[in-house]
Amino acid sequence: MNQKPEKLIDKKGIRLDGRKADELRPLKLEVGILSNADGSAYIEHGKNKILAAVFGPKEVHPKHMALQDRMVLKCRYHMAPFSVQERKSPAPSRREIELSKVIRESLEPAIFMEYYPRTMADIFIEVLQADGGTRCASITAAALAMADSGIPMRDLVVACAAGKADDTIVLDLMDEEDKLGSADVPIAMMPNLNAVTLLQMDGILNHEEFETAVNLAIEGCKKIYTIQKEALKAKYVNAKGEEAEE
Amino acid sequence: MDNHGEIMPTFFEPKQIVTPGEILAEGEYIAGENAYKENDKVYASRTGVVNYEDKRVDVVALKAFYIPRMADTIIGTITEVGFNGWEVDINAPYTAMLRAQDVLARQFKPQKDDLAQVLNKGDLVVAKIASYDRTHDPQLTVGEPGLGKITRGEIIKVTPTKIPRVIGKKGSMISIIKQETGCQIILGLNGVILVTGKTIEDEQLALMAIRKIDEESHTSGLTDRITQMLKEEQSKREENKNESKT
Amino acid sequence: MAAVVTSLKQKQIAQLAEKGKRLDGRGLEDYREFKIEQGLIEKAEGSARVLLGKTEVLVGIKIETGEPFPDTPNEGVMTVNAELVPIASASFEPGPPDEKSIELARIVDRGIRESKAIDTEKLVIEPGKKVFIVFVDVYVLNHDGNLIDASALAAVAALQNTKMSNYEVEDGEMKVKSGYTPLPMKKNPITITFAKIGDKLIVDPCLDEEQVMDARLSMAIDDNGNICAIQKGGTGYFKPEEILTVSKLAKDKAKEMRKKLGW
Repeated sequence: MNQKPEKLIDKKGIRLDGRKADELRPLKLEVGILSNADGSAYIEHGKNKILAAVFGPKEVHPKHMALQDRMVLKCRYHMAPFSVQERKSPAPSRREIELSKVIRESLEPAIFMEYYPRTMADIFIEVLQADGGTRCASITAAALAMADSGIPMRDLVVACAAGKADDTIVLDLMDEEDKLGSADVPIAMMPNLNAVTLLQMDGILNHEEFETAVNLAIEGCKKIYTIQKEALKAKYVNAKGEEAEE
Repeated sequence: MDNHGEIMPTFFEPKQIVTPGEILAEGEYIAGENAYKENDKVYASRTGVVNYEDKRVDVVALKAFYIPRMADTIIGTITEVGFNGWEVDINAPYTAMLRAQDVLARQFKPQKDDLAQVLNKGDLVVAKIASYDRTHDPQLTVGEPGLGKITRGEIIKVTPTKIPRVIGKKGSMISIIKQETGCQIILGLNGVILVTGKTIEDEQLALMAIRKIDEESHTSGLTDRITQMLKEEQSKREENKNESKT
Repeated sequence: MAAVVTSLKQKQIAQLAEKGKRLDGRGLEDYREFKIEQGLIEKAEGSARVLLGKTEVLVGIKIETGEPFPDTPNEGVMTVNAELVPIASASFEPGPPDEKSIELARIVDRGIRESKAIDTEKLVIEPGKKVFIVFVDVYVLNHDGNLIDASALAAVAALQNTKMSNYEVEDGEMKVKSGYTPLPMKKNPITITFAKIGDKLIVDPCLDEEQVMDARLSMAIDDNGNICAIQKGGTGYFKPEEILTVSKLAKDKAKEMRKKLGW
């Protein structure tokens, strides 16, 4: 029974978790942490704790679902019962089903689907703890898992949200800002190709506010992209920092 | 790098690790392995080590799965015994088929011949890719000397792109392993390696070396380190043998 | 090449077992290295993660209130659910719990329930009307064999880690006060699983061993060395002598583990 905070941002412009309007929450990314998956990644973003795994490319089951000219991509976004304040039933909710779809559609443009006809790849996302912005954190982790699996990609996909808390446009909404703020704009993009692959909004923003939010979110994406790349490379840079031999 | 007075930039030092979407070069370059070209820029499509050779930009992928190629020697596991052949797992997105006719080298009689007696689920085979294209699953053949059912030894899986590393420059790496462990080694181009030794300990030693190569393939001085490791393990074993004798 | 264990490997496992050895160098009665982490999911009332070799299981505990079962009006309720989520293995499909995950949940449940690990009488808010419900959610994150022991261990560790908000009942309404109380626990059961390969009994089977075993036998042992739950699984069989051998070995193994864990 938490008390609703009176203000999301105080007079000095500091948010409930001590951040300024344009600050990201602390972020940790790890690649290749599950031994059975073909590719995997783990993200801690603020209090979000999410595991992503990729299996594939592999044979399509049932066979009639196979496409003759490209790979089939499936995605499942799922939250653990203990991931939220009030226990969530393990059965997929309508929200999880919608998120599974938009997450898949945010990643598909980055993948060279046409290279592997008559195959499929599964993306599985498990939210172990949720604290606002799970779809963005999931996309960031899933793209890493996809890259880790060795499936060729045009670029990594990275996601971040901006929104409106009280009267300020802020970056990377946490749980309370998500629930009590007046707008939430998650964005996913392929940064090097300058291509936006996910865009949603709920709330209410005027035109200028929307533009500010989009630009802020894109800035956030680019910052996270740097960390994403490092996480992928970290797996291969050994202690001596040596470079490869022919 | 000048060409008719134009400067065509490359963006990485050779042998640096790159991630999907990173811009490797701009201008009149050709995208080689694990790279693609769009709008005059060459991008990486997989995580790996970048290589510039004349106008060609390649990425030696640190992790990639096997895509069948004609005439490749591969090692596979029988997964299903069918009516006129076997399904074989060749560590690739596509299941391979081995036809009864190929193995029996004569007309196949479904009533008389019990295929499970010839090759059963769980058996290992060394085979060659007889045919493969984008529209159908790979077909295998065992109709050449050196191919057929494997009766002894242990297998290990490595990323297929590492097989050249296991071979080494002019076969240097694999010769050392064979020498120090006394094992026979068959390299499947699909990343599956068969090690057959006189004792399980010999096999374990060879597997240890191969595992180390898989993990450290992108570093230099590997051949020396492997040689050293093998010699150390051998002397450890000699000590243990002598101790148990006294 | 994940699913099928090659016949060569099967032979190897059997041959090594004859010599009292295993693929990864363990003895027949050795557990893999394990690690327990507690409290990693702050939003859950309790949580624990167990790494047993490469097997990884996460358990989260959520506490809610509700009605007691009609036949136990003065006891709180515990319910165990297990999810074999697809990230854990290529052989796990998304969807409602199948017989494997239901069996796993019920085995973990039995160990905790029959040993009376939770003091359910202390979970009553209003007798016959309102009690605490303890949700134990077992989440298998990576499958490399012996999900039973890893899950059972994680479940008890998560329960040990569980804190409940203090409350008081005012005019029939439940009001939260400040502070927390640990979940009242009486026992810490430990489950030990043996696999039968040929005529050898091996503890803590890894995935390859599970795929070639004839059958498995799991026993939950409480703090006093009593057996409080048993499950035989797999399509093979055990001889009566083997069952008694396992019960003795399980008791010893549980004692050993209890000492290591400090339980």
